[in-house]
Amino acid sequence: MAERLIVADGLAARTAWAVRSWWLCARMWMRSMAAYRASYVLGVFSGIAIHALDFAVLVIMFLHTDTLGGWSLPEIAFLYGTSALSLGVANLLVGSADALGQRIVAGTLDSMLVRPAPALSQLCAERFSLRRLGRPLQAAIVLVWALTALDVHWTWDRVLLVPVLLVCGTAIFGAVFVGGATVQFWWGESKEIQNSFTYGGATLLQYPPTVFAKELVAGVVFGIPLAFVNWLPSLRILDRPDPLGLPTAFQYASPVAAALCVTAAGLAWRAGLRAYRGTGS
Amino acid sequence: MARGAFRRYSTYRAATLAGTFTNTVFGVILASSFLALWQARPHLGGYDQSQAVTYIWVSQGLLVTVAVWGGGFQDEVQDRFRSGDIAVDLYRPVDFQGWWLATDLGRAGFQVLVRGTVPLLFGALVFRTRMPEQPLTWVFFLLSVLLAVLVSFGIRFLVSITGFWLHDSDGIRSVMVVVSMFFSGMLLPIALFPGWLGTLGEALPWASLVKVPTDVFLERSSGATLAGALGFQLGWAAALLAAGRGAQWLATRKVVVQGG
Repeated sequence: MAERLIVADGLAARTAWAVRSWWLCARMWMRSMAAYRASYVLGVFSGIAIHALDFAVLVIMFLHTDTLGGWSLPEIAFLYGTSALSLGVANLLVGSADALGQRIVAGTLDSMLVRPAPALSQLCAERFSLRRLGRPLQAAIVLVWALTALDVHWTWDRVLLVPVLLVCGTAIFGAVFVGGATVQFWWGESKEIQNSFTYGGATLLQYPPTVFAKELVAGVVFGIPLAFVNWLPSLRILDRPDPLGLPTAFQYASPVAAALCVTAAGLAWRAGLRAYRGTGS
Repeated sequence: MARGAFRRYSTYRAATLAGTFTNTVFGVILASSFLALWQARPHLGGYDQSQAVTYIWVSQGLLVTVAVWGGGFQDEVQDRFRSGDIAVDLYRPVDFQGWWLATDLGRAGFQVLVRGTVPLLFGALVFRTRMPEQPLTWVFFLLSVLLAVLVSFGIRFLVSITGFWLHDSDGIRSVMVVVSMFFSGMLLPIALFPGWLGTLGEALPWASLVKVPTDVFLERSSGATLAGALGFQLGWAAALLAAGRGAQWLATRKVVVQGG
């Protein structure tokens, strides 16, 4: 907006400006989407329905068994709720970044770069749609049900871990969205690979780690640290043994993992933007 | 047309590679969860463990080929609605439905080769899967996949053509994704659905997309039941294509009224 054209100084001011730019773009998109009203309302409801379906599949599985990988339905619902809520909020806030490859091909990234607002904010708010509220809403409902149905001895550290888990999980998924989008600076068609880490990752985290091969579990602890989204803190909250036998400190380490992910994604974005050369007009 | 579409899709090599990777990742996740379920309940739904795992890999191979998720020609039709080119399309000297069907068959033909086979091969290497014992099963399987593509096209064509009345078929499309993913058996075999939901699922056209081809592949149906299963697909394909034709006729009249 015209009142604030000069680039702000200092990290805090720059962050505030980036967030504000994001909000201005997002609001513009919400207004533009409201033009197709019937389609939009259907979109919101089907959004909720399609995600509810994921959970319905789990419930149907539990019609046939009492435990999956040794975990009960409320425990798996806790995993499901935390994973889907983290992914859903991250997707709502920065999920549009994955269209970067298309923007590069169409040449529209250049027009973002010349606007007086951070390109990342614009990119993340691009085609912002409340339609994406479906997933976090549905996940929150499942999570609330899980918390009431769980039989957990709630100590103060367990209570505290739940909000920490949600914030850090959102940050980690957000970093994967932005980091994955950055790859598209070099390889424009990598979007689908990114899907397997975001949506595939969220699906992975809905099931207990005991279901998977140890190599895979180790991969999401030490490789792409998705295990810190909910698996590791959940072992603490639900008082479950760690299939990998890692030190207890890992179960509290989500904030460290989240900070590392966000830093890595930020650095990657900068490097990508620097390497980017528009084709000119 | 079909050959053109085949070539067009085959030029997006990197995107195909990336998509195949995603199918494989989802395959690993779902196959692991199915293994856990079948460990707790062997022979659930009449599938043994290796059949349940194979189910996942075959269905991952089918996901894009039969467009369970929607898409394919639908994205192009949607763009043509937005740009208004759709009105011109109806008056081309080639048949509108036939044109898009040919495109979609070309697309499916390419995708069955790459996105169909790679996940299945990976699954067979890493997991204990069950391949068809009779060589003839492969022929029936491919026939069943072809029919699945026809049924899927029939459904998607009807959805896209609602754009003539709603101007934007995105909303309906997203509802159809839900219905299609669930009732095709993509998320969970229909045999595991409880009570009437299972009966309903078996009768709806979406069963043609994943349930029937996987049944054929796993040799769960043979002889008369096999013929019945293929007939079920053929019946739905014919009914849906006919309905699409009717809708197209209505749409043509409507455009004449509106645009002169």
